[in-house]
Amino acid sequence: MAAVNVLEAKGLTKIYGGLEANVDIDFQLPEGEITALIGPNGAGKSTLVGMVVGRILPTRGSVSFEGADISHLPAHQRMQLGMAYTFQITSIFPGLSVYDNVALAAGQKLAGDKGAHDQKTRQVLDRIGLADRHDQTAGDLSYGHQRVLEIAMGLAQDPKVFILDEPTQGLSETEVDAFIALIKSLAGETTILLIEHNMRVVTETADHITVLDQGRVLASGTPEEIRSNAAVQAAYLGTTTDA
Amino acid sequence: MDFGPHLMLASLEGAVISAILVLTAMGLSIVFGVMRVVNVAHGEFFMLGAVFAWVVTTTLGGHPAIGFLAALITVPILVGCIAAGADRLILKRVNYDPDRTIVATIGILYIIQQTTLMTYGPEARPVEAPFNTRLSLPWFEFGENGFEIFWPWGLSITSYKLFVIVAAIVVLTTLWLVLTRTKIGLIMRATQQDSDTAQAFGIPVGKVYSWVFGLGAGLAALGAVLVVPIQQAHYLMGGDPLLLAFIVVIIGGLGSLPGTVIAALLIGMSDGIISVFFSPTLAKIIATFLVAMVLVFRPQGLLGKSVA
Amino acid sequence: MSKAAKSNALHLAILALLFALFFVLPAYHVGAFSRIMVLAIYAMGFNLLFGYTGLLSLGHAMFFAAGMYGFGLGISQAGFSVAPAFLTGIIAASVLALVVGYLALRTAGVAFMIVTLMFAQTVYLVILYFGEYTRGDEGFVIQSAQRVFFGIDLTTETARYFTAFVLFAICFLWAAKLIQMPFGKRLVAIRENEERARMLGYHTDSYKLRALVVSGAFSGIAGASYALLFGYVGASFSTVQYSIFPLLWVLLGGAGTTIGPLIGVIFMFYLIDISSSYTTAYMLIAGVVLVLLTLFAPQGLAGTLRKRVFPWLP
Repeated sequence: MAAVNVLEAKGLTKIYGGLEANVDIDFQLPEGEITALIGPNGAGKSTLVGMVVGRILPTRGSVSFEGADISHLPAHQRMQLGMAYTFQITSIFPGLSVYDNVALAAGQKLAGDKGAHDQKTRQVLDRIGLADRHDQTAGDLSYGHQRVLEIAMGLAQDPKVFILDEPTQGLSETEVDAFIALIKSLAGETTILLIEHNMRVVTETADHITVLDQGRVLASGTPEEIRSNAAVQAAYLGTTTDA
Repeated sequence: MDFGPHLMLASLEGAVISAILVLTAMGLSIVFGVMRVVNVAHGEFFMLGAVFAWVVTTTLGGHPAIGFLAALITVPILVGCIAAGADRLILKRVNYDPDRTIVATIGILYIIQQTTLMTYGPEARPVEAPFNTRLSLPWFEFGENGFEIFWPWGLSITSYKLFVIVAAIVVLTTLWLVLTRTKIGLIMRATQQDSDTAQAFGIPVGKVYSWVFGLGAGLAALGAVLVVPIQQAHYLMGGDPLLLAFIVVIIGGLGSLPGTVIAALLIGMSDGIISVFFSPTLAKIIATFLVAMVLVFRPQGLLGKSVA
Repeated sequence: MSKAAKSNALHLAILALLFALFFVLPAYHVGAFSRIMVLAIYAMGFNLLFGYTGLLSLGHAMFFAAGMYGFGLGISQAGFSVAPAFLTGIIAASVLALVVGYLALRTAGVAFMIVTLMFAQTVYLVILYFGEYTRGDEGFVIQSAQRVFFGIDLTTETARYFTAFVLFAICFLWAAKLIQMPFGKRLVAIRENEERARMLGYHTDSYKLRALVVSGAFSGIAGASYALLFGYVGASFSTVQYSIFPLLWVLLGGAGTTIGPLIGVIFMFYLIDISSSYTTAYMLIAGVVLVLLTLFAPQGLAGTLRKRVFPWLP
């Protein structure tokens, strides 16, 4: 496959006062495909994603987006270039309506065009199944709906790269099914980076998997390659599949 | 007077200011350190201390020392109880939410200040010092006749001012011993570190907060009782100590006790010295502006450690 | 009626009511309402920052004072006429807000409150220090002859009321419009969850700075209007007390509502007006109201109304 990499990280390293959270991480997101980032707790997934989106300043290393070096850009400018990020711990605007939450996300690009802005917002709400709740205050939604709303906000940004930090955490099985269907439907539309603990989600959706362990890339490849990788089995998969 | 004796006089005045300031600022700092509460009403507890000292001394009459001693013991306790009551009635109920607590303490500030105005009145009233001997101080010089000691006219301090300095040192030492060597101190530190865990270990965090808030106010009141024979009691006297205490706590690092002591000395001494040599308004402008800049560029305080 | 239509109707109704009040109120209350409308502009400026953006400044008096002294000194020292002096006031307040914002917005929460308090105290002391021009605490009077705008004598009760009304109406409608615009929505987003807003691609620091400048400009307009209409400029308007007042008004009326600031000013003005005829300790009322509000009605009058009765309230 000669897929173009929309996002590339080279030698990303983060050291917190002597503690190595990430060391020399190279990884790339092939355009239009779904990449899953997995690894046990404390493997450094959150730090890595934090450096990619610009929330954490790397000790060294670089990140490029569509061929341009974005290492020096603050988070909001990276988002303006076409990244979207959903938080591990649900992060919405609790006092605003569901509609306003999504409209704020869409408005970064579309606020100048009232019609298109409204259309985009409604379209996303329809797609994600929150249309009939558009008037509710976001903070009053159930936990599951709040997580869905957060994903809707990411979608409304119309991202080139959509980064989801443990999106299915705390969701019920049926909600997870809906999430898997949604992610599959996005394939080809956008490039997705999924940080996931739920192996079912990973195996059903990912085109590529990168395994992180103790701050380093342990393995990287297609799901088949990863499944047959002895080191991965020893460090990670073995323990979870047995459980 | 020559420059040397003049400077010494200014330093002594500065030491008296520092002594009062360190007590007031320490109260503010402990409250912030343990409860994370910015108590805007702190200056009013100081003022209450001064006013109550006047009430106690005039009610008792007799030799000034009797009234003063009574005030020194009862007033800080009384003010501490009022503060603890305010904590119970108000701050506890807003769950110490930072914004709402600050607004509530602004409210408490006006309630205390204006109630004092209604009852005590707008007059400034003096309290007689228990003893007030003027002590002349020597100065030395290398003149034509070699080393000389002499007593320049005007270079003196009263015995009472010396007492203030000593009293502040005694109170601070006691406080430091209580905080580091006793169970009370341990409980306070545990609550400061992590109030949830402290609660889980059976520490009555709510009560600790009330005690700490009372202690903070009591320290301010103690400072005020000490200052009132030098400066008269007035219902608006809380503003300056509040501002200065804020400055001290910010420079020393929010919630850091050793930092607070050093900063109080620094500010008190420089305030004493600057106001002898420069226009007080200009000195205040520079001090206030610099403190704001410290908070902007070094929020951990000049003496605090950087978090990152 | 749609939400937007209802809120427009409400705003126009309030303006119509204020217009009509002039013809029914006794002279004393006409004067009071001139003052209330000017102070409400100040409260609206504070509300933009506190109610909508979620930034609590304890030093807003410096912007009010900048507008007041920009106008007052423009007339007394630079010899300007009303219009350029008024403009000077607005510019002075906006520039001050820009500088203060640039510095103070590096901090957040409690530190932001204290920094703004300290800057305001610095401004107050600077006014005292340049007493030669500002006349310090005593202040100075702007002569009636200098308070003429295009031949209209602004010292008559009628001219004063309607000037205050026009200024208020402009600011009131402008503020209402502002919070309907994407800019206003983004300020609310910052109040609700700054990190989320940032991760949606918004430069939150720049929005906060702009909010502070607009808020400072409103406060400056109020300060300049006060000097223009009541002919007095004094350092007391830059004291901590005048930084606390807008907080009190907005909390009482309802933070983050368009009509809250006006309601808060009306209530507080009359509370203090009535109580000061009984005692000199009228600020006691302010203290009690502050404490009661934080305890029992943190959303204020309009906020509570919105929650309980009229969810469409803007």
